[in-house]
Amino acid sequence: MAGNVIDVKELWKVYSKKDINFNIEDEEMIESLDKSSDSVVAVRDVTFSVKPGEVFIVMGLSGSGKSTLIRCLLRLVDISWGSVTINGQDVTAMNKKELTEFRRNQAAMVFQHYGLLPHRTVLENVTFGLKLRGVPRKERRERARETLKIVGLEKWDDYYPASLSGGMRQRVGIARALVADAPLLLMDEPFSGLDPLIRREMQDELVRIQEELHKTIFFVTHDLDEAMRLGDRMAVMRNGEIVQIGKPAQVFANPADDYVARFVQDKREEIRKTDEQMAALAEHPEEDVTDDVS
Amino acid sequence: MFPEAWKYSVAKSVNQAIRWLLNTHGSAFDSFSSGILGLLLWVQGVLVSIPWWGYIAFIAVMAWVATRKIIPSIVLAVLPVFIGMFGLWHLALETLALVITSVVIALAIGIPMGVLMAEAKYFAEFIKPVLDAMQTMPSFVYLIPAMMLFGLGKVPAVIATLIYALPPVMRLTCLGLQQVPKPVQEAALAYGATRWQLLQEVRIPLAMPSILAGVNQTTMMALAMVVIASMIGARGLGQEVLMAINRIDVGRGFEAGISIVIMGIVIDRITQGLARRWDPNRK
Repeated sequence: MAGNVIDVKELWKVYSKKDINFNIEDEEMIESLDKSSDSVVAVRDVTFSVKPGEVFIVMGLSGSGKSTLIRCLLRLVDISWGSVTINGQDVTAMNKKELTEFRRNQAAMVFQHYGLLPHRTVLENVTFGLKLRGVPRKERRERARETLKIVGLEKWDDYYPASLSGGMRQRVGIARALVADAPLLLMDEPFSGLDPLIRREMQDELVRIQEELHKTIFFVTHDLDEAMRLGDRMAVMRNGEIVQIGKPAQVFANPADDYVARFVQDKREEIRKTDEQMAALAEHPEEDVTDDVS
Repeated sequence: MFPEAWKYSVAKSVNQAIRWLLNTHGSAFDSFSSGILGLLLWVQGVLVSIPWWGYIAFIAVMAWVATRKIIPSIVLAVLPVFIGMFGLWHLALETLALVITSVVIALAIGIPMGVLMAEAKYFAEFIKPVLDAMQTMPSFVYLIPAMMLFGLGKVPAVIATLIYALPPVMRLTCLGLQQVPKPVQEAALAYGATRWQLLQEVRIPLAMPSILAGVNQTTMMALAMVVIASMIGARGLGQEVLMAINRIDVGRGFEAGISIVIMGIVIDRITQGLARRWDPNRK
């Protein structure tokens, strides 16, 4: 479809020790790949698209293939079958040089483990993408300073990542992605390693940044709260397949199968309990019910 | 007993091969030899032109930069004075020239080869047994052909030292590159780093502590080789030890031995300290 930022069609990714000639027509082969201990089908026949300005969430347990999927978008892993089109460019068909150009300009990624360069200062880390592109030193430092202001780290530009807390490191990671000024932001469980309070704070921050910059964001998480809070649309993955796709509220209200239902169940319990307490409070306002929140 | 019929000797063919090399490519070896000798003499000339207190001051400054501790810096700076007091200063400089020349050549070859090992798996598979052989082969065995090809004196000493001291820097360069955390490399690739940019901006800087440990090891091994190299006529502290052995002069041997130890300690502490300074995780 024209106008979409991401178009993924029939995407497959198989990790295998042996060289295989993958073909989706060959069902016997796929079956043997599933059985074999030498190979893993990490992404299985995935099709979806993401519109401009949308925050698209991919949710699933660890091992469900969501991290592999996000890596397929930049071709950080080789794609076994299918096509990935980003901003109208066919990523699958690119040669090495085109791919490098594409990664430099079209998409920026934030990682769960930050992936910062320990031997470079915060400012140098943020300028890294621009340096690879060959932006002159003065300009890239100016732009990096501007971006550090957005994430609230302007006073930390001369520090090394080792002296920063996890939350601050991820802010550097986000600044590094924003400074690239790419239309697409890829985020691979960016807040999973952070403690709950900081995570919440970072989510709010992302919402704020998104209101300002209107990026297209592809966001991977295993946290339903996060998905509901940030997502315009979400896809739930299991064993490499997308089992449900839709608005977070829709998924929450009408889980497509048991797997998705289990995902949303805890959240429902939580809401049900809160509702009960609120009701109790409304009926007997004189009683203090805050003690048995747990 | 091992079956007599299986007896087969390669000694003769090895001898013939060396003789063939000598006869057909002798002049090439000669010009190679004079190139190394030129470098060696130049280094030695520079070293000799520096006054003794210049070394003391230089060591003091370097030790301070490397360790940032006052007492170790003073001790390291004072130790070489003993070499002068033993009357071995000039010989120590000759040894130092030999070590510096060998190490410079070893690094110039070893670091790029180490990078190549980390980048090209097949090359690594091929070169690893060669490195094993270089390190375990008794050095006397290649002293003889080195002497035949490059003549007596310092050049074969440099070659022999090179063969002995090259493996650690290659191995540690390769190891350092392989140990660079994958997430950092992946991030660099995701931002569009080419293979060369990845190497230059991420992998080599992060492997630097390991590479410098390799430099340190190579220097130490070069120093250890100096005594053995004196057997084929390389002068310096090794020759002094050799003479002491021949005359059963324990005291003289002790002085020369201690001088080598002092050189070793000073070089080791300074290079190790610098390696630690370079470690990005300590910033």
